[in-house]
Amino acid sequence: MLSDKDRIYLNLHGHDDWKLAGARRRGDWDNTKDILALGRDAIIKTIIDSGLRGRGGAGFSTGLKWSFMPKKEGPLPHYLVINGDESEPGTCKDREVMRHEPHKIVEGALLASFAIGAHTAYIYIRGEYYNEANRLQVAIDEAYEAGLIGKNACGSGWDFDFYIHRGAGAYICGEETAQLESLEGKKGQPRLKPPFPAGKGLYGCPSTINNVESISVTPTIMRRGSAWFAGIGRKNNTGPKLMAISGHINTPCVFEEALGLPLKEIIETHGGGVRGGWDNLLAVIPGGTSMPMLNKETCETVIMDFDGMRDVGSGLGTAGIVVMDKSTDIIRAVTLLSKFYKHESCGQCTPCREGSNWVLKVMNRMVEGRAEISEIDMLMDVTKNIENTTICAMGMSVAWPVQALIRNFRPVMEQRIIDYKKAHGGVSQIQVSVDAPIGG
Amino acid sequence: MTKVIVDGIPIEVPNNASVLQACEAAGKEIPRFCYHDKLSVAGNCRMCMVEITGSRKPLVSSCSQPVMEGMQVTTDSETIRAARRSTMELLLINHPLDCPICDQGGECDLQDQAVGYGRDCSRFTDEKRAVVDKYMGPLVRTVMTRCIQCTRCIRFTNEIAGTAELGGIYRGTSLEITPFIEQGIKSELSGNLIDVCPVGALTSKPTAFHFRSWELKNTDSIDVTDAVGTNILLQVRGNEVMRILPRKNDDVNEEWLADKGRFSLDGLKRRRLDRPWIKKNGKLVEASWTETLQHVADKLKTVSSDRMGAIAGDLCDAESMLALKHLMNALGSSNVDCRQDNAYYDISQRGHYVFNTSIAGIDDADALLVIGSFPRQEAPVLNSRIRKRWLSLTEQFPIGYIGELPDDPTYKVDQLGETPELIAELIAGKHPFSEILKNAKRPMIILGHGAITRPDAKIIFEQTMALAKTVGAVTEEWNGFNILHHSAARVAGLDLGFVPQGQAKDIKAMVNGGVDVLWMLGADEVNLSALPAETFVIYQGHHGEKAASRADVILPGAAYTEKSGTYVNTEGRVQRSFAAICPPGEAKEEWAAIYAVAQLLAVDLPYHNIDSLRAYMAEINPVFAQLRLVQNVVDVNLGDNAQGNFEKQVLRAVISDYFLTNSISRASLTMNECSKLRYAVSAEAAE
Repeated sequence: MLSDKDRIYLNLHGHDDWKLAGARRRGDWDNTKDILALGRDAIIKTIIDSGLRGRGGAGFSTGLKWSFMPKKEGPLPHYLVINGDESEPGTCKDREVMRHEPHKIVEGALLASFAIGAHTAYIYIRGEYYNEANRLQVAIDEAYEAGLIGKNACGSGWDFDFYIHRGAGAYICGEETAQLESLEGKKGQPRLKPPFPAGKGLYGCPSTINNVESISVTPTIMRRGSAWFAGIGRKNNTGPKLMAISGHINTPCVFEEALGLPLKEIIETHGGGVRGGWDNLLAVIPGGTSMPMLNKETCETVIMDFDGMRDVGSGLGTAGIVVMDKSTDIIRAVTLLSKFYKHESCGQCTPCREGSNWVLKVMNRMVEGRAEISEIDMLMDVTKNIENTTICAMGMSVAWPVQALIRNFRPVMEQRIIDYKKAHGGVSQIQVSVDAPIGG
Repeated sequence: MTKVIVDGIPIEVPNNASVLQACEAAGKEIPRFCYHDKLSVAGNCRMCMVEITGSRKPLVSSCSQPVMEGMQVTTDSETIRAARRSTMELLLINHPLDCPICDQGGECDLQDQAVGYGRDCSRFTDEKRAVVDKYMGPLVRTVMTRCIQCTRCIRFTNEIAGTAELGGIYRGTSLEITPFIEQGIKSELSGNLIDVCPVGALTSKPTAFHFRSWELKNTDSIDVTDAVGTNILLQVRGNEVMRILPRKNDDVNEEWLADKGRFSLDGLKRRRLDRPWIKKNGKLVEASWTETLQHVADKLKTVSSDRMGAIAGDLCDAESMLALKHLMNALGSSNVDCRQDNAYYDISQRGHYVFNTSIAGIDDADALLVIGSFPRQEAPVLNSRIRKRWLSLTEQFPIGYIGELPDDPTYKVDQLGETPELIAELIAGKHPFSEILKNAKRPMIILGHGAITRPDAKIIFEQTMALAKTVGAVTEEWNGFNILHHSAARVAGLDLGFVPQGQAKDIKAMVNGGVDVLWMLGADEVNLSALPAETFVIYQGHHGEKAASRADVILPGAAYTEKSGTYVNTEGRVQRSFAAICPPGEAKEEWAAIYAVAQLLAVDLPYHNIDSLRAYMAEINPVFAQLRLVQNVVDVNLGDNAQGNFEKQVLRAVISDYFLTNSISRASLTMNECSKLRYAVSAEAAE
């Protein structure tokens, strides 16, 4: 368990004042000038040493990402882009930060921008987070007024401007390069890599894109030192992390917890246990719905961090835990996810554009059992094909939930098909509209 | 150069090459849909996957991956084939597979690659997507259900055509390619959309369902609807040109062809002169060739040499112009003129009337001044080259424009003004743009026919030369002085000296009663209102228009598709076309008819067939000896600063209706429909 003294987000649940005065009381903006005085390299080194891995889902080292930026500013300006397009189903951690700890974002943005040589930072907030964007704007205004950002930020001699951009509600704009396109005013479609954003990002200039949480923990790491952060959790999986738990548990919540705890302990303590007791557990999606689900046996022992999840064939993702008990129609649940990913596919590249639609159509039939058993293998094959060939990671998001369903619950799917055949005199395949309500 | 190993074959490619280009250099075929040589890389079809040893990803799209030193690429393995099969399967699940009724059938990338990577039967049993067709004007037919969303067409309009008329709306599986406002594509290069589309989503509307690609036989030819000299392919079935496609020539047209050149072809079958006619008692009656030729010869015998003259039109081949000029000279007349629009040229040196920089040379220019020309309509393909240079990110390309802008030039121009006085201002250095030209290392000046067909053409021409001298546009290494032509025959006519010399009568004098016998060789754009009724007009050409109806004798000729001819483009590039079909009826190649008249007059022309004619042509002007190449004229002796007063009127582009500039396009129903649509809309907007 994370002890209270190690907590980064002291006002996560909004019991205290979220404005500048309250933030200062909790230690934000304390000696920011001194941190900036350490210089770019020292800041990047501290973040690398702390072992902070990106909190947006991919888990890439934040400090390392910063170090890819050109050391000297060339003719083109550098940009920091903060990804607040939190659209992954089951994930709502960044919202709490924007609501109750906005000054951590503003201060983190200043530090990160300084570390990568950017004078301008943008935060891309998903359109639905209207109140959150308003609060953050208030915090930015306060910081400008107090001279913490703007010209000569915190008296450090570094000029820094911070802008909010609100998205219009597309999941794919949370993908870093699609977000850059969207920020530039274009259609949100992922770019080809290479070139990587550190070389050619926003408006063709060197850019770094970080998650809201990654940015907002940096001031605390700089104050308390990399050793403190690296001391929490296992090797390569350090620090406290914001997590969200929802679904069939007794107390859904967003909380801060050290990495490396057993998933079962997290469900029991923060989630208040599975509805109807642990034995009523069916499956858990550990980190946002694009991560493969875990069955009950795996949930007994799995460790909740990047490597622990990778070892069982899943991923930590955004640590948005979705718990499903035995009342869940698991095929229908996954079909809902397929419908979401089909709806949110940008349509740029073939496998995702065509594949997400195909997968949904087959899944729609699987819910009823109106399919052939051989189609389960076909579905596996199709998702395997989608997974490896897309431009961005969306292909995996389409493929993984379905693959995990087949891996963990194949007998359920087969039984559904057999039952349907029995009830309908052996009639197997019937054409079904994609817009037909799921589950009939 | 970077060294890469493709399937064990070591190969050296330029540093900025992509893996796909390296694979092609190694002779490996990589299937692709979205990748196109001349367009930006989209990387969205995912067909060109290869394996790169040591890469983080198991499969890499080769079109978007830059090469790196020592990279090891595998283009064929079980994984790669599986991925390509999978992409093919996914592309086909929503494709209608209506190949039997699709015009792309037989030349479809999807069809071809399905042979290599397609499954024998579909695993997709659910219903397919259907997409509503979009209206893209009278030239491009759409069947959007066939679209595989490769976005080549979007990239073409954005990058090459510069009109940004297409885009993708909606997302995911609902993604649709659409012209945002369905009022027809406004680009003069829209026909190329049909070529870039790898499937049957965009096909040719005028020729829809007229032929199958495998029925056609190909003949190399040269486009004569403008002076770019676009290399084209005439595709023929029987004795009919079914389709015109561009041929690849990076020095001239890259892979593009303007719409007028592509879609005028139905004009080749309408309003044709297919037999000789003689006017008897004020009425044209059919006659035999023997009678007609004799009639012409007899008439020529009756007039004195200074009372006969010849005018050549815009579509003439060099051979017929040479024969006609030769005949006139032999009869003692120098009254010949190929300048239907009365343009002023200084023909003392070739460099004074051609596009010296050359089309490919535009890529190297670093500043441009356009005077009295609107290249988008006068030479659309050349205009796309200017746009390409303007888009290039490596160096800025400031473009100045003097004259009235009739439309969007497809690149940003600095409009300096509308009257020619600005040229003098630029010479004097009073205008900020003269600094830009002076500082440029390789500045270009394009002088158009809007400027040199005015009464003050001589002054404009000489002042422009003086400007070129002042800003250093002409040096030992660089010639930035250019005349942009828009008629295919003009440069050849000037090269052959088909202009009045000394005291000879020019076109104005000839049509104002200066001659008694006027031989009009395909001259359809001459104003004949002042021509006296007693002037005997011989019209030789392929289309029956105003000039033919005024004629006393009609000698039917061959259109450019029906004869082998030599054409010189605006750069001075001599190119030769081949006959794809036979002329209709009794029509004859013009030079042969002229030769026959010469025989009747006992004029001995020093050639008897097309080959000896060409040999003679190369003798009198050596430029005709060298085909396909541009002879760079680096002429440092620009004329002296001429004095004179400019006219006050605004410089206007010379073409008012892009689609109807010559007899073939005027006879074309397609071109007339385009014209009606384009100009009716703008007339409405003006009101």
